Amino acid sequence: MSKQVLAPMAGTMWKVLVKEGDTVSAGDTVAILESMKMEIPIESEHSGVVAKVDAPEGTVVDEESPVVSLV
Amino acid sequence: MSNKKVAELRDKVGKALAGGSEKARAKHVEAGKMMVRDRLKLLFDGDFDFEDGLLAGIGRDLPADAIVTCIGKVHGRDVAVIANDMTVKAGSWGHTTFLKLTRMQEVAKAAGIPIVYLVDSAGARVDEQADSYLGRRAWGNIFYNQVVTSGVVPQVCALFGPSPAGAAYIPALCDLTIMVDKQATAMLGSPRMAKMTIGEDISEEELGGARMHCSVSGLGDVLVESDAAAIDKVRAYLSYLPSVWTDKPPQGVGRPAKEQAKPLEDIIPVNQNLPYDVRLLVEGLVDEDSFFEVKALFAPELVTGFARFDGMPVGIIANNSKVKGGVLFVDSSDKATRFIWLCNAFNVPLLFLQDVSGYMIGSKMERAGIIRHGAKLLSAVCESSVPRISVVVRKGYGGGYVAMSGASTHPDALLALPTGMAGLVGPEAAVNALYARQVAEMPEGERDEFVRRKREEYARDIDVMGMAADRFHVEAVVEPSKLRAELIARFRIYSRRENRPIPRRSAVHQV
Repeated sequence: MSKQVLAPMAGTMWKVLVKEGDTVSAGDTVAILESMKMEIPIESEHSGVVAKVDAPEGTVVDEESPVVSLV
Repeated sequence: MSNKKVAELRDKVGKALAGGSEKARAKHVEAGKMMVRDRLKLLFDGDFDFEDGLLAGIGRDLPADAIVTCIGKVHGRDVAVIANDMTVKAGSWGHTTFLKLTRMQEVAKAAGIPIVYLVDSAGARVDEQADSYLGRRAWGNIFYNQVVTSGVVPQVCALFGPSPAGAAYIPALCDLTIMVDKQATAMLGSPRMAKMTIGEDISEEELGGARMHCSVSGLGDVLVESDAAAIDKVRAYLSYLPSVWTDKPPQGVGRPAKEQAKPLEDIIPVNQNLPYDVRLLVEGLVDEDSFFEVKALFAPELVTGFARFDGMPVGIIANNSKVKGGVLFVDSSDKATRFIWLCNAFNVPLLFLQDVSGYMIGSKMERAGIIRHGAKLLSAVCESSVPRISVVVRKGYGGGYVAMSGASTHPDALLALPTGMAGLVGPEAAVNALYARQVAEMPEGERDEFVRRKREEYARDIDVMGMAADRFHVEAVVEPSKLRAELIARFRIYSRRENRPIPRRSAVHQV
């Protein structure tokens, strides 16, 4: 079952801190979103291995859109 | 026993006190729930003082007609309690149940004492609707009484089990609702009804469980793990509030703030864009262990809760940059508004801790009515007549600054930390708005340096230690380590002034 880390709000992906194949634990910060002049850390709710970075750096993301997919 | 009548009374009382059938009681306890009278023992300081209608329903084999209504003491103060007995006909409401419930509401309101609703009920009895649904003296009076009692005496609900359909309005109409995880539910239509009418396949927990209500719908204010924890929370909550709206909140025993691992000035990042958990700042300001967070799981980009400053209850509203940058959303506006209403109703002074770059923008937000919600929050702030202090901790930009009790909303004081910056917009947006054309016309090599310099100039303009302090837009710029003492001294003075509401019937609020 794939598990996704979703953007908490609309903004621009500033830094992605993981790459494909990395192991992620629940609570880890996987990316930093830039929105409303704030650097907003995005934490994973799940543990798993990164299968895909859905929103690479520079991508404009909407609220609830996938940032990173885990397996 | 020589007096047969006394013996008869004792027999009836014994039956009434036992509650439902042995089978129903066993089932209740096996589910990890406390019997209603054990909940009462835990809630009151000692035995309660008196009970109404103990013998109601006894002739119909419905002990106390599934509800206990009584008055006793919590922290030495009188409190009325209305508590369902789930072991008697699933705690459902019959006609006598309703008569007992509404009578205790009337008694409490007239006496000026808080009402605690301990809810655990299957709701209204369909077979008793003839006398109880349609008329002037009917179940709906429960809600009518709650509404006309709102803001007169505190009303708090602990939800231990179901509260289906109409019964869901009891928690909804209380000032604060505490829900027991994995036990409490509130829903208008059951999963069975959802399946039948709209084809939705969903569990009771997902549809109307405590966790959902405390984190998504906002109906629940505090999520707890057990019946006993719920009762503890009721007792703690009441300690911040007066018994009746005309009284001041009870002064507790003052304690120093909790010692922090780092001084406050090191907890708050100077870089305005870096997030931190504002609850660390709150903890460093208030009396140790006095923070009672309300709606911790709902719209966490804004923190609300009660605390004490040298024993004095204060309601705190703080932007939390750790979540969604602390930006204001539709739900955070709702959360702040209701908390302000609650504090204002019961004379609890308000403290705003500002660190906000504004209301969230974009089409989703506009369609969700972010302007409407922002207007509602503004109304709540401007109308609050209790002592009110706002502190610009870091950012105070745009509508966010005004909504977080900026100077123009007439707080008793606007303070700032040295990290405070307040302006219509932040430096990036300001330079873009003012110089976009000029920058575009400039040779490319000069642009970055120009923008950097202009941003720096602008940042100096909105630094509270500059223009804002010079022109007396702020009462004081305070070091983080001295803020607690400053707040205590100021709240003492501002609490002395008259608290006069605006003379009118009702404002016309946005919602």
